[in-house]
Amino acid sequence: MENDGERVATQTMEKAGAENRRNVAISARSLVKTFGTGEFAVHALKDVDIDIRENEFFTLLGPSGCGKTTLLRMIAGFELPTSGIIQLDGQDITALPPHKRPVNTVFQSYALFPHMTVAENIGFGLKMLGRSGGDIDKRVKRMLALVQLEAMANRRTDQLSGGQQQRVALARALAPEPKVLLLDEPLAALDLKLRKNMQIELKSLQAETGITFVFVTHDQEEALTMSDRIAVMRAGEILQIGAPTDIYERPTHRFVADFIGDINILEGSVVSSEGRTAQVRLKDGAVIEARVPEGVDGSGDVALAIRPEAARLAGPDETAALSGTLENVVYFGAASYLHLRLGSGEEFVLRHSGALDAYDLSTGSVLGIALQPGRARVLE
Amino acid sequence: MADLATTHDAAPAARARKLKARDLKAMPGFKAIAWACIVALYLPLIVLIVFSFNDNRSVVKWTEFSLRWYQAALENEGIRNAAWVSVKVALVATILSTIAATMAALATTRAAAFKGQGLAYAIINQPLMIPEIVTAIATLSLFSLVKYVTGITGIGYLMAAHTAFCIPFAFMPIRARLEDMTLTLEQAGADLYATPLQAFRYITLPLLMPGIVAGAMLAFVVSLDDVIITLMVAGPGETTLPIYILGAIRRGITPEINAVSTILVGVSVLLVALLFLVQRRMEK
Amino acid sequence: MSGAQLSAAHAEAGRRARNARLGLLGPAVLIILLISILPLGITVVYSFLTPGTYGGVTWEFSTAAYVQFLFEEDIFDGTLAFNPAYLQIFLRSIGLAFGAMIGTLILGFPTAYFIATKPRQQRTFWLFLITLPFWTNILIRTYAMLLIIRDEGFINLTLMNLRIINHPLSILYTDTAVFIGLIYTYLPFMVLPLYASLEKLDFRLVEAGYDLYASRWKVLSHVIAPLAKPGIIAGCVLVFIPGLGAYITPELLGGGKKLMIGNMIAIQFGSSRNWPFGSAAALILMALVVIVLLVYARAAGREAKAHG
Repeated sequence: MENDGERVATQTMEKAGAENRRNVAISARSLVKTFGTGEFAVHALKDVDIDIRENEFFTLLGPSGCGKTTLLRMIAGFELPTSGIIQLDGQDITALPPHKRPVNTVFQSYALFPHMTVAENIGFGLKMLGRSGGDIDKRVKRMLALVQLEAMANRRTDQLSGGQQQRVALARALAPEPKVLLLDEPLAALDLKLRKNMQIELKSLQAETGITFVFVTHDQEEALTMSDRIAVMRAGEILQIGAPTDIYERPTHRFVADFIGDINILEGSVVSSEGRTAQVRLKDGAVIEARVPEGVDGSGDVALAIRPEAARLAGPDETAALSGTLENVVYFGAASYLHLRLGSGEEFVLRHSGALDAYDLSTGSVLGIALQPGRARVLE
Repeated sequence: MADLATTHDAAPAARARKLKARDLKAMPGFKAIAWACIVALYLPLIVLIVFSFNDNRSVVKWTEFSLRWYQAALENEGIRNAAWVSVKVALVATILSTIAATMAALATTRAAAFKGQGLAYAIINQPLMIPEIVTAIATLSLFSLVKYVTGITGIGYLMAAHTAFCIPFAFMPIRARLEDMTLTLEQAGADLYATPLQAFRYITLPLLMPGIVAGAMLAFVVSLDDVIITLMVAGPGETTLPIYILGAIRRGITPEINAVSTILVGVSVLLVALLFLVQRRMEK
Repeated sequence: MSGAQLSAAHAEAGRRARNARLGLLGPAVLIILLISILPLGITVVYSFLTPGTYGGVTWEFSTAAYVQFLFEEDIFDGTLAFNPAYLQIFLRSIGLAFGAMIGTLILGFPTAYFIATKPRQQRTFWLFLITLPFWTNILIRTYAMLLIIRDEGFINLTLMNLRIINHPLSILYTDTAVFIGLIYTYLPFMVLPLYASLEKLDFRLVEAGYDLYASRWKVLSHVIAPLAKPGIIAGCVLVFIPGLGAYITPELLGGGKKLMIGNMIAIQFGSSRNWPFGSAAALILMALVVIVLLVYARAAGREAKAHG
């Protein structure tokens, strides 16, 4: 339903012509980046198309080496694509050098200038743009207030903590009011608690400034909590673009399902289908109803994805969709994760949040599994 | 247990000695050799310096503290001229070689490695790999040929020769500094609207400065101390301080030589000490 | 942007990078090519010419310079007789340089090891003590050594005052004096690379050696020395090459009587006025140095491969 709505919306926008241009901040078409030639060629990006809308928090998510940083560096202007085109607000910026693009970057290492004070760092971009000293001072003060570092204006950057350096890097990149802010795994160097705080701060900063954020990370949790939309990448290709709920609950690709959160992937074959719903026979003989997402072929041998929280232990009076022998129980307080071995030999993890008193939890006991209707999905 | 305790109490000194011998890194006799080396390195220089302040013609028998040999050295027109030539040549060689070395270091570190980079390094380091005497007579041969063909003479030849052998010395610390500097800082500059020239002016150059200063100081010391190449290449009236000292030693030993030598050593020590401080700040 | 435009942008970026590189490398490379490498070519040419009467050369081809290295022409009948004088100078130079190399290694290794095992704070100070003589004028250091070992120098006077000896030891103007001078001059050249290698040494390996029942000497020869090999090789090259071409040390401490190659070459361009012979001798010296450097490059390459 949602997918259909989106398609209609896209078609309307395309008809509107110039009208929709305003809503797309960055648009890349057929981007290819190849390092080296011949036998030793490394394909960092293979024909990537992407549209990043204005004012959105957009995340490029994927394991290291998937091409997310290469894509970011191309938008920043540090790399030229081998072929393809990048537009910013409808203007071709593919070959424009970095200093001519109204795009700023927060580097993974922060890249603060060690020979300048905090204030000088933040004011650098404005100085290069030729703004007057008074303008720069005013803007630097506002940025310092925004990241709560007023007291640190005249410190050297090496006297700051990791979290403070991170804020300076952010303020420095935001000071010239870029059209797009690029963030290259900016939270990777922070400890867990600080990272959680900065996630919230970044998100509210984005809402406050209304600037388009393009965020690169390999941390799926970070991506899910902060983003308006996520592009999941692997080996130089974009596998799926969508809102966090789309990506998490409606993955279309086996890799996406596996990469984001815990998931059970079961092999099976389609027995019958009706519309976007299919009956799938698993290897141990059980037949399960599953949704077939848009663009996925729902016939023959398929893989099924079921989140642990979409399953629970079947009650004594319920008919179980599946059953397995218990191997392990991991207690998490609010819920328990039960590791079961299905008749097919496949492992199945479920998250049970109710009481467990009624069940025999000794290793090797056979337990029934109940599934939430409509949560099992066929993967590409 | 009780037994062990009494043995320890009985011979605390022996125990301490044993514990010291347990320092696994230490090797017997190494400390003595190290100290002997330091003493041997400094004793001759200390004797030279002490007797430069001796109120006596002798460079061995101490009588009384005096600055008379310094006064004599400063009043000696030959020494004054030689000092002026030395400084002139060293300054020109330092400036030219530091500029050339900085440019070359930028070319070999600020971009991706390129074909021929190894060759470029080999050429720049060539003066270090050849015995100085060979460079000296080779340079003399070339310059005498050029002088014969063009008829041009002057101190420029000496300055050119010094510039050439100073380049690898200036190159070393500048290249080391650049290799330690991540390219990300310049990229951050470009990202913040700095043109390539502005990025160099506001980011690369200030960060590179300690390396350039170190390179310039090394070049200056090396030029100031050179004997062999200068001996071969210098024309009449182009006597540098080391060449003057060499001539004076050949004529006979006087405390005046000690005084001039002490001044020259003092300048080198001062520059090297400064260099150490600059480098320690660089590491921070 | 069309493909053509993009490839033009690529070409433009490549060309700009190449131009910048050439422009930046140009001055340094040009200066050294013209003033340091081109002269070597001239030297090759000169070595095949005839000496000029007042120094310089006459443009007449001759191999006399190379013949003179081994043979002497009889003034009366023009026959060639074997003359080992120059060969002896070369052999003595090689011997002295080699001896200095071994001497500095024996003294330098314990010194470098001692410094490397000091606490970090003290290390800087010790390193400074070694570096200072390294950058002090070699001529002045040699002169200071001369003041010390003269017959009426510091050492002899002290020993005589202490009544250990009655007559001064005559060291100056002997091979011993040159040998001492070379060790004194080049000791820092040995200590610095040795230190660089030993400083990186992981002393847990030494502990492991002791743990596996090695004695001190075994740990030194089987654990520490192999790990410090790159430093040992570099130090040996840094002492041997300049030692071979030494000029000032034999000039002052050998008193012009105990010649080394460096002095012999200089004399040909000075009082002997035989530039072709001086050029030939310089080229033979260079050939020796190139051989040493090639051996070094191979050893260093093997070392890098073994640890790479």
